[in-house]
Amino acid sequence: MSGATDGLPSTPGAQQGSAPLVVFDPRLGPATAAEDPLSPDARQRVRERAAEVIARYPRPRSALMPLLYLVQAEQGYVSADGIRLVAEILGLTTAEVAAVVTFYTMYRRRPCGAYVVGVCTNTLCAILGGDAIFQALQDHLGIGNGETTEDGMVTLEHIECNAACDYAPVVMVNWEFFDNQTVESARELVDRLRAGDPPMPTRGAPLKTHTEVSRILAGFPDDLADVGPSAGPASLAGLELARRRGESAPPRPGASS
Amino acid sequence: MSFRLTPVLTASWGSERSWTLAAYEATGGYQALRTALGMSPDAVLQLVKDSGLRGRGGAGFPTGAKWGFIPQGDGKPHYLVVNADESEPGTCKDIPLLMATPHTLIEGAIIAAYAIRAHYAFIYVRGEVLHVIRRLLRAVEEARGAGYIGRNILDSGFDLELTVHIGAGAYICGEETALLESLEGYRGQPRLRPPFPAISGLYGCPTVINNVETIASVPAIVSGGVEWYRSMGTEKSPGFKIYSLSGHVARPGQYEAPLGITLRELLDAAGGMREGHELKFWTPGGSSTPLFTAAHLDVPLDFEGPPAHGSMLGTTALQIFDETTCVVRAVKRWCEFYAHESCGKCTPCREGTFWYVQIFDRLERGLGTAEDIETLLDLSDNILGRAFCALGDGATSPVTSSIQYFRDEYIAHYEQGGCPFDPVASTVFAGAGVS
Ligand SMILES: Cc1cc2nc3c(=O)[nH]c(=O)nc-3n(C[C@H](O)[C@H](O)[C@H](O)COP(=O)(O)O)c2cc1C
Ligand code: SF4
Ligand code: FES
Repeated sequence: MSGATDGLPSTPGAQQGSAPLVVFDPRLGPATAAEDPLSPDARQRVRERAAEVIARYPRPRSALMPLLYLVQAEQGYVSADGIRLVAEILGLTTAEVAAVVTFYTMYRRRPCGAYVVGVCTNTLCAILGGDAIFQALQDHLGIGNGETTEDGMVTLEHIECNAACDYAPVVMVNWEFFDNQTVESARELVDRLRAGDPPMPTRGAPLKTHTEVSRILAGFPDDLADVGPSAGPASLAGLELARRRGESAPPRPGASS
Repeated sequence: MSFRLTPVLTASWGSERSWTLAAYEATGGYQALRTALGMSPDAVLQLVKDSGLRGRGGAGFPTGAKWGFIPQGDGKPHYLVVNADESEPGTCKDIPLLMATPHTLIEGAIIAAYAIRAHYAFIYVRGEVLHVIRRLLRAVEEARGAGYIGRNILDSGFDLELTVHIGAGAYICGEETALLESLEGYRGQPRLRPPFPAISGLYGCPTVINNVETIASVPAIVSGGVEWYRSMGTEKSPGFKIYSLSGHVARPGQYEAPLGITLRELLDAAGGMREGHELKFWTPGGSSTPLFTAAHLDVPLDFEGPPAHGSMLGTTALQIFDETTCVVRAVKRWCEFYAHESCGKCTPCREGTFWYVQIFDRLERGLGTAEDIETLLDLSDNILGRAFCALGDGATSPVTSSIQYFRDEYIAHYEQGGCPFDPVASTVFAGAGVS
């Protein structure tokens, strides 16, 4: 996300009718609506769920972000046609919607692989090995940042701090944690993703595809909340030490223990 | 004062199915809510004021005072917004809390909403943490099913709706006014303050925005009471706090301790630096807080300690680096982060962070000059205090503090025509046990 590189959201006059809407992002190149319209079924599904999303908020426009995830769940990315649909549902201009889409990095602007592999290269992870892992994966897969393998299985990118620095170096796959990675473990991880044999995340549930994940991010979860541990070892480091040392907070008044 | 660890928020992170309502209730969960609903909203507010709880999102603002700014009897809806965007580099406490014990936050949010007379609450959670989002959504449903959210909660006559809003990847949305823009369906760019959110926040209505850890501390304060809470920490910084240790330490992780503990004590708990290495520099509270060195091992990590030595407590995200680490490389990467995350609204930050990256790039490739260091300081002068929001100010912290403590290392980069460090040596998989 960077305001400085946001492109012009739409061509003049593109908001009305069916003139091809050009959404341009200098990082991603142009995408045109005409190339990838939503199917009638997909439109119907988004419209049906939209009512439920809008009902979560005091004002309809607040539903914009989850609606964009719903569109992404249909096409794997937010197409110009998807932008038009969301604009229609909320009574906004396509320019208003496109301005939001271009601001947030998790809305994809073109198709991506079934698995988005994000290597944390913010300072802490980078220094502890994230840079080496990211380089090794680029070499191993023969693709660069933001690119997808030819089989359509893996999109590789570097990501910012994902709130798991105590598990550095961290790799995220479709926003599930793969903690304490090495060059070797990361190579094996992408090999298995490409072979259709995705490994379990360290702290999470069996991997879902990127489109399935977008639906959850729209606030329509699957039933996997109970899978996986409550915490990883680093999260428990202080607690376990306190137990070993016999330390605790002072007892609360009136508490039995 | 001798310190000990005081797990309260983290106490049941390791328990069987700790994220479920059943497990939470089995350890007394939602009893504090019953207690609070038996008090008047003003009495709950007074309790939190008296506890001395201060915000855990970075600035340490007194929570009770913030709640007290909400006008009462104004006829407008009030809103509570919990900031679960956790994206400040190094910060990794709220996300494990939501993974392990989301009900602690939900109970706190209901109590907080009651105290400020809000009937709508939001939890704004970053989007990049899928399983945490699953657990949070499930917990909200469970709480609703048990009658803790909805109409006439526990027969008290108090109504509350709670919506989880899922972000889409933007560090700036952790800034409270950018967060509100995002929640209203706009690009996440900060708003001019004043008016402050307490007067004109979400949809122009009075709004309290608090960090996850702040709100999650409330049930314990209600159940333990002011005296108990204040028996931990210091006079001005009471209570317990989750310290997040990462980097070149033997046992990185979350350590919950009274405010005022020092890095020396925390390092002792974490098994020291990784074997055969020594401390070089660290952040006391995320990348936006000026760096510290081994000279600061005994600075009390409360809201007063780091400012007395030129830094800030921030989010108590202690990113710890040993002597194998190139400080120029570390700071360059943070600069790239700020440049990427700058929302572009104001010139000092948008342009300044861009130029930071250009200069660091030169320095790292050995093409820098002595003048570059002065330009970095000059740029920092032009950002600090002139940026529209605290992202810009924060971006200057690693730059100016690293030049202050490690100017020689900057010089070495251009004198030696490149980086004098071996990046392999600072990885966790470096030569397995070489010391
Ligand atoms: C760039 C930027 C990012 C921030 N990110 C967060 C965040 O992720 N979580 C958070 O609680 N506060 C964050 N803050 C601080 C918030 O603006 C706000 O001060 C805080 O949520 C208030 O909560 P507290 O009073 O409980 O500390 C950020 C501030 C800035 C300037
Ligand atoms: S300081 Fe940076 S992030 Fe904040 S408003 Fe200015 S450009 Fe945006
Ligand atoms: S730096 Fe990688 S998770 Fe924080």
